[in-house]
Amino acid sequence: MKITRKEFLKISGACLIGLSGKKALAVLDSSAKGQTSSASASKASKQLGMIVDTRKCIKDQGCTKCIEACTQAHNIPSFKDPAHQIKWIWKKPFDDLFSSYETQYLEPSLKDESTPVLCNHCDSPPCVRVCPTGATWKRKEDGIVMMDWHRCIGCRFCMAACPYGARSFNWVDPRPEIQNLNPDFPTRTKGVVEKCTFCSERLAKGQQPACVEACPEKALVFGDVNDPKSEIRQLLAKSYTLRRRPELGTGPNIYYLV
Amino acid sequence: MFMLEKAMTGSRRYWTWVGALVAVIAVAFGFYLYQLNYGLGLTGMSRNVSWGLYIGQFTFMVGVAASAVMVVLPYYLHSHKEFARMTILGEFLAVSSVTMCMMFIMIDMGKPMRVFNVILYPQFHSVMFWDMLSLSGYLVLNATITYFTLHAEQEDVHPPHWIKYIILLSIPWAISIHTVTGFLYSGLPGRLGWRTAIMAPRFLASAFAAGPALLILLCLLLRRQTGYDVGKKAISGLAVIVTYAMVINTFFILMEFFTAMYSHVPDLTVDFQDLYLGAVHTSLLPWGRTSIVLMAAALVLLLVPRWRRNEKSLVVACVLVFSSLWIDKGVCMVVGGFIPSPLGTITRYVPTLPELIITLGVWAVGALMVTVFYKIALSVEIAKEASYVPAYELAGAASATGLQAHASSAVTGPGASAAGQGNEGVSGKGGEEWHH
Repeated sequence: MKITRKEFLKISGACLIGLSGKKALAVLDSSAKGQTSSASASKASKQLGMIVDTRKCIKDQGCTKCIEACTQAHNIPSFKDPAHQIKWIWKKPFDDLFSSYETQYLEPSLKDESTPVLCNHCDSPPCVRVCPTGATWKRKEDGIVMMDWHRCIGCRFCMAACPYGARSFNWVDPRPEIQNLNPDFPTRTKGVVEKCTFCSERLAKGQQPACVEACPEKALVFGDVNDPKSEIRQLLAKSYTLRRRPELGTGPNIYYLV
Repeated sequence: MFMLEKAMTGSRRYWTWVGALVAVIAVAFGFYLYQLNYGLGLTGMSRNVSWGLYIGQFTFMVGVAASAVMVVLPYYLHSHKEFARMTILGEFLAVSSVTMCMMFIMIDMGKPMRVFNVILYPQFHSVMFWDMLSLSGYLVLNATITYFTLHAEQEDVHPPHWIKYIILLSIPWAISIHTVTGFLYSGLPGRLGWRTAIMAPRFLASAFAAGPALLILLCLLLRRQTGYDVGKKAISGLAVIVTYAMVINTFFILMEFFTAMYSHVPDLTVDFQDLYLGAVHTSLLPWGRTSIVLMAAALVLLLVPRWRRNEKSLVVACVLVFSSLWIDKGVCMVVGGFIPSPLGTITRYVPTLPELIITLGVWAVGALMVTVFYKIALSVEIAKEASYVPAYELAGAASATGLQAHASSAVTGPGASAAGQGNEGVSGKGGEEWHH
């Protein structure tokens, strides 16, 4: 059988298109499955989460030990201007976190109870979905929503996407504002987004997150919510907890014990 | 090369205008370098309002770019011959505004030098990736179309036959750029002001009003300055398109308003509260209200046939349409989505002076592109028309050369109006220019 050059090119071109089409289909298929399978797969694998026991946390309203520990561990700058602030964990009035649960008759002291806020390390994180470079992703082995500060292009789509306001952008160079430099943790540069990573660097060394360790009341309980025997699961099983905006389908993994 | 030499000759007025634009661009570029060095903290954006004027302008310009389809579609699919002389102008406007879109994205980026990460690590689940694809595709399509059609016209031959398919492809592609841009917003779970299925349709409706309104203004300005007339029928045809699009856009806004206000769900009403009703104190209220008033005035002028057909009031209507939608999309839509923040904070956003100057610089680039492109297009068209002058009329050649010179001096306009609109002061300024 003789084959002309033109025919050869035609056939090989068609093959190439076919192959790339198959690959594209595979990608689409996996991303479609992603939503459902991640939920069921995460049942089997690990998903780190945290309980904030507001009954213990309320004892000292002025306490900022968790915030200080985080700031120190992660070289978080302390900008005065609220527009430029970087926050990994911070405190807000209870009412701001759970505005849909509010009743006007709640005592102001309870309503304004200052409560820790941090990244929810969602099951289905919208920030990861929108990131155009994969600079933020959900880590398979433990469900942490991670950040690569070297890949981030600073488009801030993730900040628009996050329904919890957990992400901060470095509007200016953060380094001059770092109070007490920790040489073991990287500093960031202007123009990238950052947020809580559940202290992945400490977990790797077998330690607890800095905020959990720093809390004098042991109000923060950290662990694998997929492990029925874990402390966090036991606590979740026998107490009423709230999550922020669960109706959005993001599957937040920070639980508030009330 | 690319017929650019045609833009290299011109009268003093032409060069003054080009020089002025280049000066604005140079100053803005200086400020941009400063922003690059200092960080985006130079702008009025903040942790809570993390997109501002830049992304608003980007969104608005995607609409202007997409609106070229409102000339291309009637001309190529419905043989609407009246649009013949306007089509190339629409396509050039699209090329310029897509370029502006890309620049607005670039200046908004924290790490613009890493932009190729979007291609190096493509994320198919990110709408931003698809937006980049559709915008750059649209730029390539329109650049190809304008180059080959104009080149053929210059050589007085038929354009290559395959250009027809490119043109056909550009029609759905135009719809796609604004749809995908709508998805950037409507696909986010937590921003309820944006999470509406009619976001993309509303974007398209406002685009098809604002873009053609700008094109009408540019065409009339060209006629005044150069004598190049796209024809009364083309203008009135486009005016009808603007009217329909404006009505549909207003209808969409009212749909949103009803759904929010009647259902009375706080997450939905909050947007209208801070944009139009003033229940929450933000810096947006005066903008939102101005936009609505201009929109209503524009509708009145467009819907009454006598006024729509009168060129003077049509000019006013077009300025109103353009400025109203510029505010609605370029300022209110984006910033409004961030208020209140996920934790209920009301954050004021006011663009800073450097931010405004950088924005103006991008507009100046757009104006410069339109100026150069229209200059090229017109010299081709006018040369072609001049070549048809019968020999016995050559005595009147003096007037023909006069026209030519006039044409070169001409293109002050497009830029002038575009830059004016960038200035926010639009309605009055643009309008007056037309009356005198």
